[in-house]
Amino acid sequence: MTAPTRRLGLLALVAAAGVLATVTGLAQQPNFDDVEVQAFHVQESVYMLVGAGGNVTVQVGDDGVLVVDTQFAEMADKLLATIDDLSGGAPLRYVVNTHVHGDHVGGNARFRAAGNAVVAGNVAFEIGGNAGALILAHENVQLRMAQPGPGEIAAPSAALPTDTFFDAQDEVYFNGEAVELLHQAAAHTDGDVLVYFRRSDVVSAGDLYNTTGYPFIDMARGGTIEGIVDGLNAIIQITIPRDKQEGGTMVIPGHGRLSDEADVVEYRDMVTIIRDRVRAMVEAGLSLDEVLAAAPTSDYDGRYGRDEREPARFVEAVYRTLGGQ
Amino acid sequence: MRALARLVVAVAVVMTATPAAAQLNLEGYWNPIYDEDWLERIPGPDVGDYAGLPITDAARRRAESWDASLLTLPEHQCKPHPSTYGFRGVGQLRMWEERDPLSQQLVKINTHIQWQEQHREIWMDGRPHPSEFEPHTWQGFSTGRFEGDVLVVETTHLKAGWMRRNGLPLSDEATMVERFYRYGDVLTHVVMITDPVYLSEPLVRTNGFMALENGFMEPYPCRPADEVPRALGDVPHHLPGANPYLAEYAEKHGLPIEAAMGGAQTSLPDFMGTLPSLPRRDAAQASELPEGVR
Repeated sequence: MTAPTRRLGLLALVAAAGVLATVTGLAQQPNFDDVEVQAFHVQESVYMLVGAGGNVTVQVGDDGVLVVDTQFAEMADKLLATIDDLSGGAPLRYVVNTHVHGDHVGGNARFRAAGNAVVAGNVAFEIGGNAGALILAHENVQLRMAQPGPGEIAAPSAALPTDTFFDAQDEVYFNGEAVELLHQAAAHTDGDVLVYFRRSDVVSAGDLYNTTGYPFIDMARGGTIEGIVDGLNAIIQITIPRDKQEGGTMVIPGHGRLSDEADVVEYRDMVTIIRDRVRAMVEAGLSLDEVLAAAPTSDYDGRYGRDEREPARFVEAVYRTLGGQ
Repeated sequence: MRALARLVVAVAVVMTATPAAAQLNLEGYWNPIYDEDWLERIPGPDVGDYAGLPITDAARRRAESWDASLLTLPEHQCKPHPSTYGFRGVGQLRMWEERDPLSQQLVKINTHIQWQEQHREIWMDGRPHPSEFEPHTWQGFSTGRFEGDVLVVETTHLKAGWMRRNGLPLSDEATMVERFYRYGDVLTHVVMITDPVYLSEPLVRTNGFMALENGFMEPYPCRPADEVPRALGDVPHHLPGANPYLAEYAEKHGLPIEAAMGGAQTSLPDFMGTLPSLPRRDAAQASELPEGVR
């Protein structure tokens, strides 16, 4: 195994731990002591931070800092220190959550406390001058954090999104650019948003798109394969390559390397082809065991299914969310 | 007198020294020599022709589901060849150096192939390859060095691409080592591609070029267009076992299907000895494919 492959293997493990951890951190999590935060300038005002858990998107400018996702709680101080370096100590005003999983919202409470939103005078008076950063998310993120499933513990109130929306879109104008939050229904979960930085021309995709493995369809939290496919096509609708299907609009994946439209197209094609194969077998009345035996992902497993359980988990989720019995 | 002596020594050093990074001049325009490869490189390979390629089963299965209509999608129309394939394609090659004007150190060698403007920078200044989290590109990230009179280039950070134009894929984990040899007006380009996903052994190819004295290169703009009305998100492909074209190549040439389907064994001389014992394909067998091929 090469060094990069080992690194990706660790990241995949960390990502899997994050997904399984839910918002409460019940599952075993990785050791964060040796994890270093790496910062990459994407373009214009936007950076990508890689550490443990989902990638973090940071927009910096004269108005302050906007962050998309907060990884695990244990990573918060390292991330905040890196953001402080990038922004020259500018105030953290907004946090956006792309979805509910623990490897993306685990640092919410710490980020909120470290931030300082601009609020109205009467509110500032009531709360002693600092409301903390505002945390924006789709309403379903807040609901699932506050009312988790059986056996899970609700997130503390300080970690909950403070500003939610239930329509298809929310927006904020910050650091001289329009930032859109585009809800993707029933995809990775039921609360996914794409965050589109219009002037910087960057999409923060959350776990709708990653470069490290098959999509994780969280059926317990409303995820479906059709929503994943729709979400990937939504990204492709937004992105415009600079020339020769390269560059232009950049895409920050939930996990893995910085991408552009061509990378998302490759991934969308793979997911769509596997969806079509499983759908044909569902329509033919095949059982889950028969579908698994047909190995509909076998030509992609060497790239996206290195964890031997991942292909079966993905195929089962596709099968069940297409109505397979 | 001592100043004159120093000047003579300095001139002598300049006249006799051979800078380590200037032993091979590749600058100029180069015309591809197709020879026996012309069928693959100009009209393109047949569907179902994977003979002699050390592909994995996964690569074969992906190629079997590939549908050329994929290339009608706007998001696929303007893709250039990745550098793992570009020297195999058509169109002139131009190479030129960029040197630091003060030190005359070689900073990079550019390669540019006309079709879809495949422009590559081969960094010669010793810089490291980027982080695993940096973007991948069609041409990848290339660094070069001279080994005697040979330019050796290593490339990483490639986008997912193809090893042939009939659906045989390369993953974005493929890497490439190239060697450029110049014999007078002839340039020999040797490529070794490694891919942990779709190649069981390294894929080695050679490409020939002839120096072109009065070369020129036209621009090659590309703008995607709607070619076929489709629903958003439609991705043309063949379901497993439903590609009707897979055996056409073997049938057309009277080959055993085992030979056409490729794999490392088909690239070895010993495989030739097994051919007489393998059943030939003909048109009557068009609807039947061996179990392992479906």
